[in-house]
Amino acid sequence: MTEPVLSFTERGIYCPAGDFHIDPWRPVARALITHGHSDHARPGHGAYLATEAAAPVIRHRLGDIPLDTIRFGERRQIGRATVSFHPAGHIPGSAQIRVEVGGEVWVASGDYKLAPDGLCETFEPVRCHAFITECTFGLPVFTWRPQHEIAAEINDWWASTAAEGRYCLLGAYSLGKAQRLLALLDPEIGPILTHGAVENTNAVLRAQGYALPDTHHVTPDLDIKAHPGALVIAPPSALGSTWARRFGRASTGMASGWMRMRGVRRRRGADRGFVLSDHADWPELHEAIRETGAERIFATHGYTEIFARWLNTQGYQAEVVPTEFGGEEDAADAAEDAA
Amino acid sequence: MKAFAALFTAVDQSTKTTVKTAALAEYFRTAPDDDRLWTIALFSGRRPKRAVTTTQLRGWAAERAELPLWLLEESYPIVGDLAETIALLLPPASRDSDQSLSQWLAALSDMPNRDLDERKRFILEAWDQLDETGRFLFNKLITGGFRIGVSRKLMTRALAQATGQDEAALALRLMGDWTPQSTSWHALVESPDPEENESRPYPFYLAYQLDDGPESLGPPEDWLAEWKWDGIRGQLILRGGSHHVWSRGEELMTDRFPELARAADFIPPGHVFDGEIVAWDGAQPQPFNTLQQRIGRKTVPKKLLKEAPVILLAYDLLEADGQDLRDTPLARRRARLDALLADLPPDAPIRPSPRLTFETWEGLAETRATARERRAEGLMLKRLGAPYLAGRKKGDWWKWKLDPLSVDAVMIYAQQGHGRRANLFTDFTFAAWDGNDLVPFTKAYSGLTDAEFNKITSWVRRNTLQRFGPVRQVKPELVFEIAFEGIQPSPRHKSGLALRFPRMARWRHDKPVQEANTLADLQALLAAYG
Repeated sequence: MTEPVLSFTERGIYCPAGDFHIDPWRPVARALITHGHSDHARPGHGAYLATEAAAPVIRHRLGDIPLDTIRFGERRQIGRATVSFHPAGHIPGSAQIRVEVGGEVWVASGDYKLAPDGLCETFEPVRCHAFITECTFGLPVFTWRPQHEIAAEINDWWASTAAEGRYCLLGAYSLGKAQRLLALLDPEIGPILTHGAVENTNAVLRAQGYALPDTHHVTPDLDIKAHPGALVIAPPSALGSTWARRFGRASTGMASGWMRMRGVRRRRGADRGFVLSDHADWPELHEAIRETGAERIFATHGYTEIFARWLNTQGYQAEVVPTEFGGEEDAADAAEDAA
Repeated sequence: MKAFAALFTAVDQSTKTTVKTAALAEYFRTAPDDDRLWTIALFSGRRPKRAVTTTQLRGWAAERAELPLWLLEESYPIVGDLAETIALLLPPASRDSDQSLSQWLAALSDMPNRDLDERKRFILEAWDQLDETGRFLFNKLITGGFRIGVSRKLMTRALAQATGQDEAALALRLMGDWTPQSTSWHALVESPDPEENESRPYPFYLAYQLDDGPESLGPPEDWLAEWKWDGIRGQLILRGGSHHVWSRGEELMTDRFPELARAADFIPPGHVFDGEIVAWDGAQPQPFNTLQQRIGRKTVPKKLLKEAPVILLAYDLLEADGQDLRDTPLARRRARLDALLADLPPDAPIRPSPRLTFETWEGLAETRATARERRAEGLMLKRLGAPYLAGRKKGDWWKWKLDPLSVDAVMIYAQQGHGRRANLFTDFTFAAWDGNDLVPFTKAYSGLTDAEFNKITSWVRRNTLQRFGPVRQVKPELVFEIAFEGIQPSPRHKSGLALRFPRMARWRHDKPVQEANTLADLQALLAAYG
């Protein structure tokens, strides 16, 4: 029996033929990185490879690292493996990684969503024999409504709150979700303010040419009263902080796939929960898997055991990827931010 | 249902009580009579008779969603609410419905009379014409426990705002055993006749916990002290020749405690008592687990009547000779109560809960320290000059409980919570050492902060040894201090004992697992306090 194209080690996904890891969580000699979120792009590796589109943010977050870049679709030989990166539709620059060894093709999905969001490169199905899929929302209760409906909800909330002379405080992960929201907001309603963590990422993406509306960075010098009825985008952790107090009796909102669950929504204590995720929902996971044509499926990042069990009843040969999180859902509140 | 769903959405979207109250008041102003009557019923804990079992509901929902039942069962603990899980799983509705809340409820109320096929058809059709919020509410009406962030108090306040009536008077009017079928909006809210219902109890006054000492309460002579009994709070109503017993949860308990009927032999009609129902051994209350055998029994076998007879230890008189006394100061109510009960024979099923005399707070603290010997949980402090208020109001009634007992225990099983604790591991089973074995002896759900539950949740995910459905067996590593109010023998449990009101007092990061308490330690507590 030949060795598998990819295997699962305590450092993460490993390709023996090319001697590299994909999104490893412990320092390795050579790491292929799907995207810049901190649970995928970690410091300390000997060499990095990521898409040109993802590189600026990764450099911004990890500093001066030995980072090589690759274009979407470009093929590169690493040892006996041929690798290429394909859009994952998760956040700007995010990729699935295709690895081919001796005619057998495996794809590691990273994080992904199928529906175009108008900002990042749209997900592209890649045919393969084995597909390593995330399943953050791998339960049938998770289904998303179309983006334009959620955008209308958010804009309505903003318009009515602004009409009351109050601020809107919208909690969203600073890389990806924040910019997606910016692109969905109607700037006619009022000014848009940003927390520093969000604004720094905005600057990186703007320099790459991603189109984002004008924003005002909330600094100690910024006169907030000069921006009545503003919507403020900040990381979720800033919502209940002293930083947020300057906005007085603001209406608070959270945008995340987890807002689909009333319990999580109430626990977060936000006034409004907007169900907007950068991950595939239940139907999208199935569509993505179907389009790969793969028979072997590996479930990672999410409700892995339940999802793999289900896929096995649907004619796939599905397994759970052991991860450092114990091989199951890392759905705790820490992970809710990025979803 | 749409107007009610819109009300729910408005209430659910705010964390602010004023906003919720305003939304509910607006609904009470505008909704049709039947709908607002049902809304009062729902938010005061009245529900239609259960139309189908949750097992049937799960099965039909899985079938309709074309999913295996196990996948629904796996999703439920993660969502944390069955009604919500089903609402989220079902395919989109194919039709629309203009049926109102009361029409849906009327149909639901009729279901117990229908055969199973008809019930199933009704449920499936309902799901197919309600949107996601509508379905969630519809399912909530079926699965019971209609708790959606509106308390009875908030509902009463909104109703007072909408009708311009006095909140306390309304609260009184909404008590008792009416149902939407037995009354109308007009009869209940607009043309009340307090005389019409002889069984109607008064809203209970509830005490707050006194966290610091009583020194901040002012001079001791302004206060009355009593034992805080560990029984069932109840109101005994003697009016017009009949008697009624109500629990604090507004449950009619008359038939459960037939002994109390004899109170009418000693006391004339027109009297209402507030007190504690306890199992009585002739001289003092018996432990709570003796009383527990009486709870949940609608009819009581003779043997049990003999082994665990109950009495009412009365501590307040709310009505005397047909007059509402609640506005008179406690000192006068108490004097009348004592006079009324002073000369009753020892076999009367009602006696006054004794007043504790004290000169100083220090002296009272010494009395409090002996509470366990008196089968009490601590003391009650009540302001002598205060009227009898409705609901939980700070200031005049305080419970000054004994410090709880506590042991250090090892977490061995974890399960996800419900409602706002969905998807978080919050329900734990704890064990004590018996030699090299860990013997489970209690569960606990509360006492930690959200941040601590978050940490434990990620720990549980990394340290699961085995899964039994929703329950995880975890590595025996984490130690918690478990506080509890009492301990009693329990042959049903492996450990042979059961705790009263267990909760997590703190996470003992400092304590190695080997140093947790032993079963022998627990047995010693049982011998001392059981």
